[in-house]
Amino acid sequence: MDLNTIYTELIIQHSQNSHNKRQLPIADFKERGHNPSCGDDITLEIKLRDNIIEDASYTGVGCAISQASTSIMIDLIKGKSKEEALDMVETFLAMIKKDITDEEELEKLEDAIAMKNISNMPARVKCAVLAWHTLKEIIK
Amino acid sequence: MYNFDVNNIRRDFPILNQKINDQPLIYLDSGATAHKPNIVLEEIKKYYEIKNANPHRGAYQLSVLSTEVYENTRELVRGFINAKSTKEIIFTKNTTESLNLIAFSYGMNFIKEGDEIVLLIANHHSNIVPWQQVAKTKRAHLKYMYLDDEGRLTEDEMKEKISPKTKLVSLCDVSNVLGTVYPVKSVIDYAHKMGAIVVVDGAQGLPHRKVDVTELDADFYAFSAHKMLGPMGFGVLYGKEELLNEMPPFLTGGNMIEYVSEEETTFAELPYKFEAGTQNVSGAAGLAAAINYLNEIGMDNITAYEKDLTAYALNKLLEIDYLKIYGPKTMKDRGGVISFTVEGAHPHDVASILDAYGVAIRSGHHCARPLMNFLGVAATSRASFYFYNTFEEIDVFVDSIKKVRKWLGSGS
Repeated sequence: MDLNTIYTELIIQHSQNSHNKRQLPIADFKERGHNPSCGDDITLEIKLRDNIIEDASYTGVGCAISQASTSIMIDLIKGKSKEEALDMVETFLAMIKKDITDEEELEKLEDAIAMKNISNMPARVKCAVLAWHTLKEIIK
Repeated sequence: MYNFDVNNIRRDFPILNQKINDQPLIYLDSGATAHKPNIVLEEIKKYYEIKNANPHRGAYQLSVLSTEVYENTRELVRGFINAKSTKEIIFTKNTTESLNLIAFSYGMNFIKEGDEIVLLIANHHSNIVPWQQVAKTKRAHLKYMYLDDEGRLTEDEMKEKISPKTKLVSLCDVSNVLGTVYPVKSVIDYAHKMGAIVVVDGAQGLPHRKVDVTELDADFYAFSAHKMLGPMGFGVLYGKEELLNEMPPFLTGGNMIEYVSEEETTFAELPYKFEAGTQNVSGAAGLAAAINYLNEIGMDNITAYEKDLTAYALNKLLEIDYLKIYGPKTMKDRGGVISFTVEGAHPHDVASILDAYGVAIRSGHHCARPLMNFLGVAATSRASFYFYNTFEEIDVFVDSIKKVRKWLGSGS
């Protein structure tokens, strides 16, 4: 296992002092995501306008991978419709499961592609997917 | 002082001789489960090859052999912990089941409304959750004994919590998180004076030090085979005969009966009253081999070696200024478990990064959430040692920790 492919600069940046780690003044949805076995614990907040995710943020605690994955996801879904966001969630989860490996298909995930190598680290998969499952609970 | 060659010992453990992530495996998670020497693996195989049959059943020779394996292990366990009688040795599947047996059979029947159950805050979930169930059902009260700054239980705290209202006290002899060795004998003596019985979770204690249940005067003592070189899925509950006799069966069915009619059943004598269904005889074969192996090395030898090894690790870790160590900072009341956090790094990242260097440690809440809350942390990293670990492994472990913060972009 090459740690360089996991703890990339992008992931480290997002895990430290993320601009997305805050509370929204007014949130339409607040959903808690929790990995009981390891303690990653985040609360995702979403503000919708019509069908569009106008703003999103998170608070909570967890490892570098869970925190970075949450922050990168928030950057990605802001300004997207619920349907587009759901499609991204499904694509992300499929990428981690190695169900989708085609780079073109993954392109829409933008920076979140950096999480791809977590699929080689089964013990950490649950950290990477936590925020995405939490978002799915809100928008499905 | 100890008297053995760790390199000879390591040759008995096939799993230690392999590479993980292209690095030699350095296994520092024996608090979760210990590895098995060849003799244990061979005895399990031999059981299935030449002795397998349902014990306590058949009139044929093979069933007699199987019964012998099972019952010889019971006698071996009795001697290992110095119980008075094999009637006091109940086989279960692990410590968790042993503790549940006490909670559901003793607790649900002998604890009454308003009684107090006193627990140690360092207890594992398996020694908390069953008592919560009892307290809820019986409207009893749960009370916790808290710890001092280094994770020890003070005499004052013990005497404040255990009172004449206390019906039962349950505690671990060694914390699976802090490594603290608790003064079980003092707790038992004091609780008995107050009229309470005492349950000891020995999962982390028994694999590492000599335990004498008769000298301790413990009412119950529970442990698992898999943390003491034996197989998974096999555990032991020691209980005083007079208590076990009064308790109703926990699980019912085959093997644990005397006479069964359409409406009524009389139960078998101890210890069979508590062993329903076909038992894990290969597990018993494995535990017997493990106990023989431990006896050959000598428990005092093992304790002495682990003390030196832990002191070596503890001193090296204490030198790292961005490391916080939980539990005793000296070897006083300390076993071979060290929990720590690296400033600026989450414990899961620490474990993953160490894994890349071949070092297996645990991270998380260690099935002790109430203790984590008490300590004010969500998770820690934990290294736990056994007598097959070496001083050289500790060096690699400590060097790997020093590389963690570089990977996470903080510090050097």
